[in-house]
This record gives sequence, C-alpha cells and structure tokens, in this order.
Amino acid sequence: MTSRGVAIVGAAETAEIGTVAASSLTLATDAARRALADCGLAPGDVDGVASSGLHPYLPSLVAHSLGIEARWVDATMVGGCSNLVHLRHAMAAIEGGQCDVVLIAHGESGRSGIGTGMFRPPPDGWQGQFELPFGTMGPMTLLTLGALRFLRDRGLDRSTLAQVAVAQREWAARNPRALRRDPITLDGVLGAPAVAYPFTRPMCCVVTDAGGAVVVTSAERARDLPRPPVHVLGAGEANGAAIASQMPDLTSSDAFRRAGSAAFASAGLAPSEVDHAMLYDAAAILPLMALEDLGFVPRGESGAFVADGRTAIGGSLPVNTNGGGLNYTHSGMYGMYALQESIRQLRGEAPAQVDGVRVSVTHAIGGMFQAAATAILGVEPLGG
Amino acid sequence: MATPPGARPEPKPTPETAHFWAGTAAGELRLQRCRPCDQPYFPPQPFCPRCGSADVEVFRATGSGTLHSYVINHRAAPGFTAPYVIAVVQLDEGPRLLTNLVDVEPDPDALPLDLPVEVRFEPAGEAAVPVFRPRMP
Repeated sequence: MTSRGVAIVGAAETAEIGTVAASSLTLATDAARRALADCGLAPGDVDGVASSGLHPYLPSLVAHSLGIEARWVDATMVGGCSNLVHLRHAMAAIEGGQCDVVLIAHGESGRSGIGTGMFRPPPDGWQGQFELPFGTMGPMTLLTLGALRFLRDRGLDRSTLAQVAVAQREWAARNPRALRRDPITLDGVLGAPAVAYPFTRPMCCVVTDAGGAVVVTSAERARDLPRPPVHVLGAGEANGAAIASQMPDLTSSDAFRRAGSAAFASAGLAPSEVDHAMLYDAAAILPLMALEDLGFVPRGESGAFVADGRTAIGGSLPVNTNGGGLNYTHSGMYGMYALQESIRQLRGEAPAQVDGVRVSVTHAIGGMFQAAATAILGVEPLGG
Repeated sequence: MATPPGARPEPKPTPETAHFWAGTAAGELRLQRCRPCDQPYFPPQPFCPRCGSADVEVFRATGSGTLHSYVINHRAAPGFTAPYVIAVVQLDEGPRLLTNLVDVEPDPDALPLDLPVEVRFEPAGEAAVPVFRPRMP
C-alpha cells in the first residue's frame, strides 16, 4: 500500500481539555464539528466514520449525533493507537474507492468519567489470571515493568527517565493548554512522590478529559479545501504480546518495531529524514523505547540522545512538543492528541512551533504493548 | 499506606489453565512443554506457540529463577498494602512470570536485577498464586 494521494484536511481538538463537563460522546462530536468547520465541510460530506473506545458501536453514536450516513465504518479498538490504525485503514479505503471523506473522532471523559465505561479485564483471561492477582494497576505498573531492565542493560539509571520528563516540561511551558507547565529540575523529578519505582509522578502522564478529530480525503480533493493539506506519507500497524509480562523482550517492543518499519517502508523515508516526532508517552520509558524501536537511534543509545538535548528545544529531533501525555493531556487513549500536534507542527501553527517541519512522525502504543501504530506525515505529497 | 477495600483479585481457571491452578493449589509450579520442540512455554494453552503441535505435556517446574525486572508499586491494589513489588521472574526453564517478590524489603537496594529467587504460594480467594522470595545459596 502506498500513501500517494491521501491527506488530512481538517483537524481539531475539543475547545476545552482537562476537566470538562461533557460526556465522552460529546467530547468526540465537539472535536468532530470543529474539525469539519476547520476544512469547510459538513456532516453530509462525510461518508466514512471511525471511532473507538469502550463502547463497541462508537462510530454509530458519532454518526447518529452528527447526522452522518456512512458507507464505511471502522470501530477497530486497539487502545491508544486506535486512531492511527483508523487513519491507515482510511487511507486504504479512500484509495480503494470505498469512501471519499472519512471522519476519525475521539472523545474520552478520562478524568470525570462521564458517559464512559470502566474496562476491567475478566478474571478468567490471561491478564485476569496471570497479572491482576499480583496487584497490577494498569499502565503505571505494566508499561513500566521492563524499565529497570531497560536502564540496566544500557548502562543507564533512572535519571534518564527524569531527563525525558524535564525535556518535555520545557516544551509544555510553551503550550498554554498544557496542564503541567511549571519548570522542573532533574532532582525535583527524581525526588517527587513515587508512583511505581523507578517512576515518580512527573514521569507519569496526566489524566484528563479531551477529544480530537481529523478529516481525511484524497489529496486531489484536498486541493479544493481551505487548509494546507497534511499528506499521509506512510503508516504501519502491528500486534504485540497478549499481555505485557509476556513480551519476548521487556526492553523493546516488537509491535513498535514492526509498525515503525512498515510506516517508513511505505513512505520510502528513513528516520534520519524526519524533522519532528510525537512518541506516545503515558510513562517516560515509552519515548526512549520508541526512539530505539523506530530506528531514530541504535538500540542502547536513546538515553544519551535525550541527555544530549537532541529531543529538547533546539535539538535535532524535537519530540513531544505539546508537552506530551506527561504534561499536556492524556484521556486514556492518547494517539489522537499526538497526531494533532504533528498536524499543528506541519501546518506551522503549534504553540511551541519548530522551524521547518516538513516531515513528522506520530507513533502510538495500544494497551500494554499489545498493539502499536505509526504514521508519517508531510507537507508535500509522497514523491512530490 | 492503607490497604484499599476489597480482596486480592482471584484468578478464575479455564479448561486450558486448570492444570496450572491445580498445581499451585498443590504447592507446585506447573508449566507445559512441546514434545517435538522440547521447549517449555507459558501462558498455558493446548498447543505449542512455536510449532503449533498439540503434542504437549505438563511438567513440574523447579520453581527457581531470577529477578528479571520489577516496579515497586506505591498505589495499592485491593488486597495489597503499598509499597509492594510487582516483578517479572525469569524461570530457569525459560518462560517468564509476572509475580510478587515477597519476604524482602520493597527497597531497590535489596532488589538487584538477576537476584536468584524461588517460588512459594499465597492464597488469593479459593486459589493459590505463585510468588517469589530471594533464594538462599
């Protein structure tokens, strides 16, 4: 599959993020209405809808609420990378003529819990039998499991996790919408209250209500629309281990590696040609793993890369420039917000705008390393 | 730190995992092995995850392994008192298990990676779950 010809033409987040008096569905439709307004299209122009969360029929809910009659529907639910998987599926659908204009909408009352469910793994599944009885508590005890091994194998210590948090807080300080914006120091991060050693609070994401949406169509149609198109140059998706503790290598995600290499192969680009990256960061270990697994640095060199300021303001590969899930927003499934920041950077309208971003990578994890997806976006169309 | 209300989550066996939980109830750590591959595997399933063969057997593992990685959780789950150690143990036979490290201070200085550990069993409702403690030389 090549990505010749598909572009994101509309994009928006909800008017408010943080604590918002609205249901998950309203957060999704608020973002959707803004994304449609952004590109001057109406619900009647949309013929494909994708959305996912704890409710199995979210595309139907979103479409019903907005008055959309879809002929293409995707409710693929693979956790936080779902919206990037939707984007990849939408590329294929638009290129294959199954639909013309796809709305991907996400809304999640992650903090307030309005109109949303609570996912509890069943006690007779693998997670319920082989993880939950040992007091696991979701992301901060499962995404974090391999961190000490990761650091040890690479000759690092937990100050590397703190360096990730400090670099991202500097980006967040430039983003008025970020929840955490106060300056922090390495010692401050290391001395902050522990969540799950080696992780302290600033190394773990915020929990918010938020939503985001994008409108995707052919590059040809994009030429008639008001906003500069953001071309989808390539994308990849992959499964990972069924439960986090059974990853073949706790310090590297095979899902990250396969999603990333598929995305770069389909775009015909190398990691060295990327100007900006959004690397899903529910916890500070994830961007380090993604830097290595996507090939931005060789295995073992992510710690030095961050310590040298390469991902920070003024660095060669600005990473998580909205402040990331650690500081900006994280409603539970973060992929949409990472995607929004890649789009803002490519449009030149990010609060912490980086000069000359022509190619941006958005990479997201699904569940507890159970899935991953990567999208490569550019100002110019593929081969253009 | 207080223990939140509720009991430790109890595993519910399925036909595929019954041998594992019958084993822990009897004080044994049972794994499966593919006969053609001669490879142990985990989690339990009725065929080999490598070659697909259904020619598999259940065997008693030594219960000995090493501390592969861990976190010290400071936000207690029901049935737990924080801080406590959630660990991945590398069994001598090859597979890894998520477990708790017990009979040791939840302190990084007492928990070097690759620490030799051995299994013991704790109740979780009707079931017994495998936890690990430092192994004496």
